[in-house]
Amino acid sequence: MKARDSLLLILIVVAAWQVFHWIVGDIALRSPLVTARHALALLADPGFWPHLRETLLAFAEAFAIAMGIGLFIGLTLGASRLAGDVAEPILVALYSIPKVTLYPVILLIFGIGMPAKVAFGAIHGIVPISIFALNAIRNINPVYLRTGQVLRMSPLSATRKILIPAALPEIVTGIRVGFSLTLIGTLLGEMFGAQRGLGHMLLQAMTRHNMDAIMALTLLLVVFAAVVNAALLSLDRHLHSRA
Amino acid sequence: MSLAGASPAPASGAVHVSLRGVSRIYPGRAAQPALHALGPIDLDLAPGEFFAVVGPSGCGKSTLLDVMAGLATVSAGSITFEGRSVNGAVPDGVGVVFQEDASFPWLTVTDNVAFGLREIGTPEATVKEKVSYALNFMGLGDFTQAYPAQLSGGMRQRVCIARTLVLEPRLILLDEPFGALDQQTRLLMGDELLRLWRETGATVLLITHALDEATMLADRVGVMSARPGRFLELVKTGWPRERDSTIVADSRFGQLTSRIWTLLRAESLRAMGHSRIAR
Ligand SMILES: Nc1ncnc2c1ncn2[C@@H]1O[C@H](COP(=O)(O)OP(=O)(O)OP(=O)(O)O)[C@@H](O)[C@H]1O
Ligand SMILES: [Mg+2]
Repeated sequence: MKARDSLLLILIVVAAWQVFHWIVGDIALRSPLVTARHALALLADPGFWPHLRETLLAFAEAFAIAMGIGLFIGLTLGASRLAGDVAEPILVALYSIPKVTLYPVILLIFGIGMPAKVAFGAIHGIVPISIFALNAIRNINPVYLRTGQVLRMSPLSATRKILIPAALPEIVTGIRVGFSLTLIGTLLGEMFGAQRGLGHMLLQAMTRHNMDAIMALTLLLVVFAAVVNAALLSLDRHLHSRA
Repeated sequence: MSLAGASPAPASGAVHVSLRGVSRIYPGRAAQPALHALGPIDLDLAPGEFFAVVGPSGCGKSTLLDVMAGLATVSAGSITFEGRSVNGAVPDGVGVVFQEDASFPWLTVTDNVAFGLREIGTPEATVKEKVSYALNFMGLGDFTQAYPAQLSGGMRQRVCIARTLVLEPRLILLDEPFGALDQQTRLLMGDELLRLWRETGATVLLITHALDEATMLADRVGVMSARPGRFLELVKTGWPRERDSTIVADSRFGQLTSRIWTLLRAESLRAMGHSRIAR
């Protein structure tokens, strides 16, 4: 997408938001301008930053774990055709379980606090990352690997110089999907099992019907997610355009 | 600078590659019964010989290439290359150009062609020199920094040919390398291949579906039967080593091509299941 298109899209979303605001009224939906002002006020409040730091930290850990475990599972299962054939339906089934049902178990294991929300974030990301990585490896054109054989490459060398680059575009797509889901998971984790963080703030605002805070927080989260996603998407497109 | 310099074929008698009773059977799977794809085949290639293989589609030509390259195991028989047994491992000195496009989409044309050279630890200055020679030679001089996705099918196939040739293999196996080219380019590439073959002294096995190409390029043309592929006849062309595409005007060219076609016609019909039409 060109920069001009992105800008246009943002303008359309804001305009729609404003129109909606006029239709449903100020109680249900604050206007874009008021929300932006509250978001800025939040950013200016020193009390807000520890919450933000907490969330970013939890998310970073959860995402790192999701990538580590997800890529490990996906790449090892992908390398063995049989294991991949057996594991794929299981992973897809796991993927379709609503993760919230796992929440009591995680709370029991980790208690309330950082580890629980990291775990909750990570379980959202692991499965999509591993499914994409698994299929990325399985769908590699066999002639690339045969080329490696003719060049008498060692398995390690062939993995590094052929297998990984050939699978990379699909793996990056998985990481992009995993990113969004891990963020959602982390925030959900903070809502139910934490005393700090943006998810916790959001839940508090919701119980107090503090519409300004809800909308300001949501705006900040959307902006963060959109920026990172756009960066990953452009990497994704770049890699796929060559394939 | 040229692609010449492959060490001359070793003195292992007059045989470079030898196949004895070679068969390949693809094992059955689930609902799929086992499939006898090739053989039995006996074949000796002399060092520096240019051998072409023609045969009906699906007769086992690519399978023959796989077992000769050591990419697949034989189900029966034995293969030796330079006196050593080949079975399921690619020997040093063998280069393969596959029927499918094997150019790496994540590398530029230059990096694709340099891939094998870098893999064996060639000094970067030498890599540069050889790659740029090969790219010009293959008519890819204007596309050095392009990615394969930006090239036509025929150009990608030339990238793969260049990637194999820069390694100066002593045995070159090519599986329909000019399949995606038009007739003119095909003849010119044939000339280049002949020149290269003379320069390097390599032994060449070329699989092709173009009979005129086989007749024009090869010292011998192996005509294969329908699956399971066996050699019906090995047709000697008797061309001098110094030759090029102009021999298509030679009166013997037509005779040879028509001899090969006569053999192939019946087999091709059989391969397509029209056994009664063929006589
Ligand atoms: N991996 C495989 N598993 C099972 N059967 C195979 C496999 N590869 C090839 N075959 C079968 O072996 C036979 C020979 O195939 P091969 O690819 O060697 O033919 P070919 O002569 O190269 O054909 P073409 O001219 O169309 O390229 C075919 O009937 C094919 O279906
Ligand atoms: Mg074939």
